[in-house]
Amino acid sequence: MTARVGVVTFPGSLDDGDAMRAIRLAGAEAVPLWHAEAKLHQVDAVVLPGGFSYGDYLRCGAIARFAPVMGLIVSAARDGMPVLGICNGFQILCEAHLLPGALVRNEHLHFRNRDQLLRVDSPETAWTNAYTDGQEILLPVKNGEGRYVADPRTLDELSASGRIVARYLRGNPNGSLRDIAAIRNEAGTVVGIMPHPEHAVEELTGPSTDGLGFFTSLLKYLTGVPS
Amino acid sequence: MARVVVDVMLKPEILDPAGQAVVNALPRLGVSDVASVRIGKRIEIEFAGDSEPDVERAKEIADKLLANPVIEDFTVRVEE
Amino acid sequence: MTTVDERLDTVERAAETPDELQPYADLGLRDDEYDRIREILDRRPTQAELAMYSIMWSEHCSYKSSKVHLRQFGEKNPPSEYLLAGIGENAGVVRVSDELAVTFKVESHNHPSFVEPYQGAATGVGGIVRDILAMGARPIAVMDPLRFGDADHPDTSRVLPGVVAGIGGYGNCLGLPNIGGEAVFDPCYQGNPLVNALCVGVLPVDRLQRKAATGPGNVVVLIGAKTGRDGIGGVSVLASATFDAAASARRPSVQVGDPFTEKLLIEACLELYQARLIVGIQDLGGAGLTCALSETAAAAGTGMAIRLEDVPLREPSMEPHEILASESQERMLLIVTPSSLDAVLGTCDKWGVTATAIGTVTDTGRLVVTWHGSTVVDVPPGSLADDGPVYARPMREPGDLILLQADRAETLPRPRNSDELRSAVLALVASPNLCDKTWLTEQYDRYVLGNTVLAQPENAGVLRIDERTGLGVAVSVDGNGRYARLDPYVGAKLALAEAYRNVAVTGATPVAVTNCLNFGSPEDPTVMWQFAEAVRGLADGCAELGIPVTGGNVSFYNQTGAAAIHPTPIVGVLGVLPDVAMRVPMGFAGDGDAILLLGTTKPELSGSEWAWVTHRHLGGLPPEVDLARERNLAHLLTNAAKVGHISSAHDLSDGGLVQALVESCLRHGTGAKIALPDGEDPFGYLLSESAGRALVTVPRGHEKAFTALCDETGVPWTPLGLVDSKAAALDIRGEFTIPLAELRTAYESTLPALFGTPGPVAEVSAEPEAEPESEPVVEPEPEVVAEPEVEVVAEPEPDLELESDDEPEPEVEPSVESTESTVEVAADAERDAEAPVREEATDA
Repeated sequence: MTARVGVVTFPGSLDDGDAMRAIRLAGAEAVPLWHAEAKLHQVDAVVLPGGFSYGDYLRCGAIARFAPVMGLIVSAARDGMPVLGICNGFQILCEAHLLPGALVRNEHLHFRNRDQLLRVDSPETAWTNAYTDGQEILLPVKNGEGRYVADPRTLDELSASGRIVARYLRGNPNGSLRDIAAIRNEAGTVVGIMPHPEHAVEELTGPSTDGLGFFTSLLKYLTGVPS
Repeated sequence: MARVVVDVMLKPEILDPAGQAVVNALPRLGVSDVASVRIGKRIEIEFAGDSEPDVERAKEIADKLLANPVIEDFTVRVEE
Repeated sequence: MTTVDERLDTVERAAETPDELQPYADLGLRDDEYDRIREILDRRPTQAELAMYSIMWSEHCSYKSSKVHLRQFGEKNPPSEYLLAGIGENAGVVRVSDELAVTFKVESHNHPSFVEPYQGAATGVGGIVRDILAMGARPIAVMDPLRFGDADHPDTSRVLPGVVAGIGGYGNCLGLPNIGGEAVFDPCYQGNPLVNALCVGVLPVDRLQRKAATGPGNVVVLIGAKTGRDGIGGVSVLASATFDAAASARRPSVQVGDPFTEKLLIEACLELYQARLIVGIQDLGGAGLTCALSETAAAAGTGMAIRLEDVPLREPSMEPHEILASESQERMLLIVTPSSLDAVLGTCDKWGVTATAIGTVTDTGRLVVTWHGSTVVDVPPGSLADDGPVYARPMREPGDLILLQADRAETLPRPRNSDELRSAVLALVASPNLCDKTWLTEQYDRYVLGNTVLAQPENAGVLRIDERTGLGVAVSVDGNGRYARLDPYVGAKLALAEAYRNVAVTGATPVAVTNCLNFGSPEDPTVMWQFAEAVRGLADGCAELGIPVTGGNVSFYNQTGAAAIHPTPIVGVLGVLPDVAMRVPMGFAGDGDAILLLGTTKPELSGSEWAWVTHRHLGGLPPEVDLARERNLAHLLTNAAKVGHISSAHDLSDGGLVQALVESCLRHGTGAKIALPDGEDPFGYLLSESAGRALVTVPRGHEKAFTALCDETGVPWTPLGLVDSKAAALDIRGEFTIPLAELRTAYESTLPALFGTPGPVAEVSAEPEAEPESEPVVEPEPEVVAEPEVEVVAEPEPDLELESDDEPEPEVEPSVESTESTVEVAADAERDAEAPVREEATDA
């Protein structure tokens, strides 16, 4: 049975097509989910893709969080459904309080697109079990509001409980506190990541194929292989 | 027509590089005695109909949508 | 409120008051043009009609100064089996496979970008994207050739960061990868920066859209953003006399863009195309509704009945002439059958795009616009769209040209020894035109859509357009104002050659050309001469290369006082790659690869970067151009790429061979050991800018076969050395060795030092708040300028007694310089012959 992975399209989503390609390359079926439809179409997991949903008006992800489909996703996530939020998707997960903290304007005030080295620090998630602990991967980072912030207590907690999934190496592209590039929920099923794994899945178009692991991890997780 | 004004500011502990950029630019205007600039948002809400502006509902709206309580504080007031 | 103002200037009233004075001169119309309007209408025009004629007959809409010259593209264009739509459409369309076609075009938004850099550049991107969308294509990439004044001039610090942020802000939000462009600095652009924007789109061959409003009875639908007062400054003279003082502040001349609305517009339109619900479509660019209505009706030879009060407005107090003149962004005009209307409105609603039926197509051959029942416009649409004035402006070679051409750079003081040569090379590599442009380009998303195979700093942007087959396209956009100043005919050919070569080095086959012609005032005979020469050069060049011009744009009036910019024809070339996996990138990579220089090097230093950087010198003749040789070189490169004979290729242009060597070393941080050919003057060989050359690396084992192929094709080749990854330096035997670290510092430091280090990149931090290590010296996000201080005039005074000020006051011409989609030549030569050709009454 091929795994079904939903990808939500909000007005202004941009990397939804690329997320679907990555899912297909990993061997799963990509299921488009429309923001205005409160239906999950029996998907086994959901990806919230990158982009500028609702033009990033008010705050990134602030309006998307109230989309009809998000109500179902939030409750399914609390019930253990894996959710990956990429870039704008990470912003939406924080606005929806599925993950702690918030993403704000890059410290240097520019939109920045770079090939960024990351270290995977938490391979025990539904989305990263294909990586080894401490593995270094190269993914594109491209955003204007990618600085992760949270109060010191939250940061300490994330760190102590191993919930920082990936950190920036050799330079912090946006000023994120503790060089945080990705975090997870306690259960390890919901992951938010600022860089774009879906843009590092083909030699031809990406800086590496290191991003494919996020999607193959999910398949492994869904087939119940202990991670 | 009275309206409700919501002012949203980043919490003091959140770094505000946009405000900092303004501080850096002020000397070019000959202003050198500004210690700090922080930038926020002002949101104006007009309720339909002629009834008194509902401050409590505005607070709710602000808390749920207009501000992100993780990183922002807000104040609500009525303006004539 | 639907009661009509008694002062409304209706057709009825115009017929009754033939002697009423009208401010046509303030709108830029000449006496004879005004008389002609009266002749066409058999009465005086209404206010709204006057506004429409003044807009459509302005330079940027009617191309009145350029038409007679642009005809050459139609006349000299070589036949092409690929061309599906050419000059005259919103953009050129080229078939690239049985199922797919590609469309591309480059346009300018120069003057608005000087006034409001962020919004000017942003709306420039928005406009060209809509042109591509209007052909039925999904936009898939953008590129931006930019030109600014001196890099260290204070006003450049005002303009450049805003322009780059605007291009990024708009393009990134649309989800379009930026795959290339240029950033060039020269004092001639100080008061007249050039912001050209290119867009590429892809469509199924059977989904090409047209702008013709065919089918009387069909519905005219306006979709997208609401209409406001953006860009109508020029026609403000027509405001009702009782307009209060505060109202004058409500007439912004700067267009403000909303990329989110445009993204929704794109998705809605593509769904409409897919469902085949559209009869005709036109984007609203410069001249807004006026242009869209008249062009679509004229293209079909039909008429229209428009209810102007149905246009959704941002400001309820807008008058008819304002609604017709508005340049509010993110709007498209659709022609749909009555039976499709509900489906069209439904699709727009799904995407949150405002859609309103505003009229119908008729068979009267008249464009009739009513305002709450009163007729305010009743004109033949062709008189607006096609029958604008055509000028044959006087031309004269610049008086200083002979002397300028005699002042050759070859005789300038040059480096006397290897040490001086080494210093000269480092100075060049660090110079603003040649240095690393990452400061700009990393503000753009290059990855979105997942089909970018090559992007800057590569020679051309390469995109995969068919994931099944690997079919792809390569696009490059190039120009050189200095060469064109020295000889506009040769300069135009050289720009074409460079773009052509940049496409060929990736292994793609060039198939089509677009162009943006940036010049000074056409009222200056020397500028007009430059324009005519450049167009002749481009047209001849395309004929020689065998690829057609598919469309483009003209930008005049890039001039402050008497100082015109260098004539700057920007040329874009599109090529096809059957399989993008076979593309050839630039940059030394394979240790031990042979490095070869293809083509012939002559001591050609006039107009070169070296002459400019070292001596601030511009003089002499530009490098020789030989398009037959360029064609040969391109054939060689395509064939060699197919069989894997070349592992990398880099074209030679600004900065000559040494720049190509430096860039090739720094691309992947791989050194090289170079030995220049015996008997060659090292300085001249390294810094000459002879055309028709490329630097290639050939993997071990392929040299014999490759050089044999070169000989067969008749391309001269010169072995230069080997890739040497262990050396970590560029070593030129007998001359100098420069470690890569030193080269990289020179190459990468210049722009950050000039425009602000984009913030700290803190290493792993323990503190909860990482304080910036260096203050970001960045301008705060520029606020939208609603009321610029500069006065806007629709057309400049035709005054050749121009004073040259020390601080030139820029003439702001947003109406001249919008994202106009009308393209130059009426393909119908007969129709042009009938249009009155007016000899310009010369003031010279």
